[in-house]
Amino acid sequence: IVRAFSASEQQRIEKILIANRGEIACRIMRTAKRLGIQTVAVYSDADRHSLHVKSADEAVHIGPPQARLSYLKASSIIDAAIRTGAQAIHPGYGFLSESAEFAQLCEDKGLTFIGPPASAIRDMGDKSASKRIMGAAGVPLVPGYHGKDQDIDLMKLEADKIGYPILIKPTHGGGGKGMRIVQSPDEFVESFLGAQREAAASFGVNTILLEKYITQPRHIEVQIFGDKHGKVLHLYERDCSVQRRHQKIIEEAPAPNVSNDFRTHLGQAAVSAAKAVGYHNAGTVEFIVDTVSGQFYFMEMNTRLQVEHPVTEMIVGQDLVEWQIRVASGEHLPISQSQVPLSGHAFEARIYAENVPKGFLPATGVLHHYHHVPVSPQAVRVETGVEQGDTVSMHYDPMIAKLVVWGENRAAALVKLKDCLSKFQVAGLPTNINFLLKLANHRAFQNGDVETHFIEHFKDDLFVDLSNSLLVDKVLGAARFSATLAAACLIEKENSLFRENLCGGDSIISIWYSSPPFRVHHCARHTVELEWENEYDSSGSKSLKLSTTYKPDGSYLIETEEESFPGLEVKVTCIGNHDFRVEADGVNMDVSLAVYSKDQTKHIDIWYGSHHHHFRQKTGLELSDEDETEHKPRFDKSSYPQGTVAAPMAGLVVKVVVKDGTKVEEGQPILVLEAMKMEHVVKAPSAGYVRGLHLAAGRQVSDGGILFSIKVCNSLCNTIDMSY
Amino acid sequence: GSWKSSLSAFQILQTRRDYSLGVLPDGVDRNSEAFSRNSKAMDLLISDLQSHIEKVLGGGGPVAVKRNKSRNKLLPRERIDCLLDPGASFLELSQLAGHELYEESLPSAGIITGIGPVHGRLCMFVANDPTVKGGTYYPITVKKHLRAQEIANQCKLPCVYLVDSGGAFLPKQAEVFPDRENFGRIFYNQALMSAEGIPQIALVLGSCTAGGAYIPAMADESVMVKGNGTIFLAGPPLVKAATGEEVSAEDLGGASVHCKTSGVSDYFAQDELHGLALGRNIIKNLHMAARGLKSGLLNISSEYQEPLYDVKELRSIAPTDHKQQFDIRSVIARIVDGSEFDEFKKLYGTTLVTGFGRIFGQPVGIIGNNGILFNESALKGAHFIELCTQRSIPLVFLQNITGFMVGSRSEANGIAKSGAKMVMAVSCAKVPKVTIIVGGSFGAGNYAMCGRAYSPDFMYLWPNARISVMGGAQAAGVLAQIERGNKKKQGIEWDKEEEEKFKAKVVEAYEREGNSYYSTARLWDDGIIDPADTRKVIGLSISASMNRDPEETKYGVFRM
Repeated sequence: IVRAFSASEQQRIEKILIANRGEIACRIMRTAKRLGIQTVAVYSDADRHSLHVKSADEAVHIGPPQARLSYLKASSIIDAAIRTGAQAIHPGYGFLSESAEFAQLCEDKGLTFIGPPASAIRDMGDKSASKRIMGAAGVPLVPGYHGKDQDIDLMKLEADKIGYPILIKPTHGGGGKGMRIVQSPDEFVESFLGAQREAAASFGVNTILLEKYITQPRHIEVQIFGDKHGKVLHLYERDCSVQRRHQKIIEEAPAPNVSNDFRTHLGQAAVSAAKAVGYHNAGTVEFIVDTVSGQFYFMEMNTRLQVEHPVTEMIVGQDLVEWQIRVASGEHLPISQSQVPLSGHAFEARIYAENVPKGFLPATGVLHHYHHVPVSPQAVRVETGVEQGDTVSMHYDPMIAKLVVWGENRAAALVKLKDCLSKFQVAGLPTNINFLLKLANHRAFQNGDVETHFIEHFKDDLFVDLSNSLLVDKVLGAARFSATLAAACLIEKENSLFRENLCGGDSIISIWYSSPPFRVHHCARHTVELEWENEYDSSGSKSLKLSTTYKPDGSYLIETEEESFPGLEVKVTCIGNHDFRVEADGVNMDVSLAVYSKDQTKHIDIWYGSHHHHFRQKTGLELSDEDETEHKPRFDKSSYPQGTVAAPMAGLVVKVVVKDGTKVEEGQPILVLEAMKMEHVVKAPSAGYVRGLHLAAGRQVSDGGILFSIKVCNSLCNTIDMSY
Repeated sequence: GSWKSSLSAFQILQTRRDYSLGVLPDGVDRNSEAFSRNSKAMDLLISDLQSHIEKVLGGGGPVAVKRNKSRNKLLPRERIDCLLDPGASFLELSQLAGHELYEESLPSAGIITGIGPVHGRLCMFVANDPTVKGGTYYPITVKKHLRAQEIANQCKLPCVYLVDSGGAFLPKQAEVFPDRENFGRIFYNQALMSAEGIPQIALVLGSCTAGGAYIPAMADESVMVKGNGTIFLAGPPLVKAATGEEVSAEDLGGASVHCKTSGVSDYFAQDELHGLALGRNIIKNLHMAARGLKSGLLNISSEYQEPLYDVKELRSIAPTDHKQQFDIRSVIARIVDGSEFDEFKKLYGTTLVTGFGRIFGQPVGIIGNNGILFNESALKGAHFIELCTQRSIPLVFLQNITGFMVGSRSEANGIAKSGAKMVMAVSCAKVPKVTIIVGGSFGAGNYAMCGRAYSPDFMYLWPNARISVMGGAQAAGVLAQIERGNKKKQGIEWDKEEEEKFKAKVVEAYEREGNSYYSTARLWDDGIIDPADTRKVIGLSISASMNRDPEETKYGVFRM
């Protein structure tokens, strides 16, 4: 319900260059298109075939995959805008979005920077400076010391004033680098010096600030919006407390368990903060909330559109990108603070390619299968920049998609979130979807008892404790059941595919592929070996052998090798390329299956209910036909000196005809071997002297073993012969 | 005379289908006493059969099976399952070969044979069962192996040998080794089939000792599995005895030696599953696109109707008492597509039923017995066979025959001449032939109806089937008459009681030797089938025999 933005004298934007990639680029283009504005994408070599390139009206290549040489290279982007005639640049988030220099450069080149003024970016970029400004504007700050004087004794005194625990952190940088929590005064000096060293190494500046450490903090941020005419609104808050590796994974709006009074105060504080730096366009003021005292303190301001902006859009029913564009064009904000609606509750779950058990390490790979949930603009949004078959590369952020859901209230939204997560199908690389589901299912999360240490706090619930055999058995049981369903669907799918591909209409061969397959006096069986990759335990994979018996009624009896698990009768109906309706043990359910080949191995992913499992199928073909066990022939005649006579086979010496040193003619018998019930006479290969003959009757010789050698007859060997 | 010419004929047949007069009536009275009596009797036979089958499916027993598994080896049927296309059928042959043939049991004669598709190409599988006497060859094992090769040769099916055998069973070497149809014939067949362009593929999944070593050595391509597969003319013990050399099996003839050094094998497999996957690949790469299957494809209608009546009722049709007649049309009605059967010469020589139908879309000519063969029936049979060979239509024989009519009138009418005509026609017919014995198979009737001696491509028995030169009672009567005559010449009076005892002995022997198990144990057929599987088995068998190019039939001199 966007009210008419009041028109301004400025020229309207007709073409925007989006200096970003991935989902945010696609997101911006969607709004631009709706507004009839043309879009220009920029792309690096790695993104040549990306969705954001395909979605744009025009796309300009800006350099190699490294962001430093492409998406962060301001000059290339400005060039691209000038070449394509774009009047404005939307920086998205990340990359150049918070570069005051870039914002300034745009203005200098006569391009509209869709974002805040460069000065505001600069003011908020320096954490110490921003806090000074905020303090002056009356925005509550975490008790702390932000002074220039970095004398250690002074700092320690300040720390004592604030009270322990104390947070030490560098004035520059971020991502938790150099941060230290000091529990008591005697740890202070050591931690301080360490933080200084790390800050110097990481950011080149070793100034440190001190803050009160809040033990149970919540991360609540307020979306603000300002126009170029001095008006600033807030669009309520988001709670982004649930984080891993200092990155948000589930955000929601509005914040749960917050009073209206608190909300109003928070909003006003955010608006004051924005006004203090002459802000316009979209921005976010982050606060830390002490859940013990209920106090909130200013943390920092993000001078851009945030990743999690959609949750705000969902509850206020506004398109923030549209607002950004309009405000940048100089239009007035369309509504007043009292007109900002607040409706329902929204969640955003960030789906990442990452390895959860390995400490949420980013993962890369090909999206072999990517089917997200069906979207509806009012209730379910999927913000994504990738398609099936795309690669999540190491060059950029490994986020695959943002799943945004809206409900009439928090409980309703949460139900929807869980449902959508369980139906969100990504295969080919590890993701955090199962982990997000676990989070969403956690009772504390259900109650809205969120805080920034949530994951750490409940890690026993969120990760499978491998020493808990009961839990491990449960997990394994679920995997086994999944494997059973997967085996059934796999067989059904493969059989019908084979039938179709192979015989077409040839009934003479098609009768060999009737269902169930014919056997004389017994049921056909098929064994599948599935390797289950335990996503909770990166070291653990378990092999499950599943034997399928084709029942006459077309169902499958699937048995595992373990006797403790009875066979399961499964009936499968194919309803799509990947989708099946499966009846197992009297229960009907929808099952989806993705089958793909990766690293020369067949992979299978299965989804049903709220379960997702990943298996590798052992087909035999994944093995190499190389023999690693080095087989060496036990003898190699060519390596022997010339004239050497080796045993032609293993055998027993029954007779030695001549003595060592004897001069012999070519073909003269030297000794007799017995093998294979036959006598074999070993003869001199050439005329000469017998040398090295030390065998006697009764001796066993091995195949290829040296028997003697013949020294060729010449004057030299004659003289040697004399010595015998 | 190609398959193509018959295509047009059957297209016409198909268009006529809507108003076809050839739909057979049900022919079965489900409420009759005979129906329930026959069902009961057949159920007993089938449950007995099933118990025998269960035993042979267990291979050499739990201990041997467990040992086999511990070596990371699959059972022969499991191996074949891995090679077959996903969801493909497998027509296993002679499951009960070797049944009660020797003092020790020899499940399935220690070798599994059968036909199934790999990458859409039908293959003949010959798989040793290492759990049965170490996969060694008994005389019946050899016979079963040779029969599989015979079918492969006749139907031009690539042969896949899954080798895991200790070679000849030494205590019976005299019956295994020296004769024409003995062990050596296996390699002879391999050589000749290879020469004919019928691929010979060996997968060495276990030991392959002595004569067995020639199976992979004679193959066009072979795979060896590391650790399990070994090929040598003599195993380590014999080598030690012969030459004193001490060497491990792997070093003597393992996959590494043969794939790298000796060249006896071509593909190195890391494990059994890998070996089987390589086997599938070999068949994929045969690329015999121009051969087989395709040539047979043209005369098939791609859509077909199932029979109108329940095939399971075939279990209730055949009486176990062979004196009881039944209308063979009730069997045909449950075998042919849509129960449509266009009868030829319906009103002439009515004891032989002849006519055209389709099985899974494949046109067939069916010849079934409806009583004793008379002059007219034999002439009709010969005529019908000529028709089918002219048109390259496969023949299906449904045997339930006590023989040709005897007696002075019959002889005077030249029954021997008429019978000979039919035998001539059957013998020379080059179209695929499948014989099913659904009841009795006695005397010359067995010959005229394409018994084993007439090389049908496939021949199966129903569990109630009986095969002998004549019925037990008749034989006892004949033999008793002769015996009485002999005794009379010696002046001995034969009392009634002794004569009865003599007769009973003969009847008992005929009873035993005419039994379907006695036949199938000796490989006089390709297996006992459940009557309910008849349509399926005929369909698969004909499909397999259509794998070859059509041949022209030339007859000998018909005595007119």
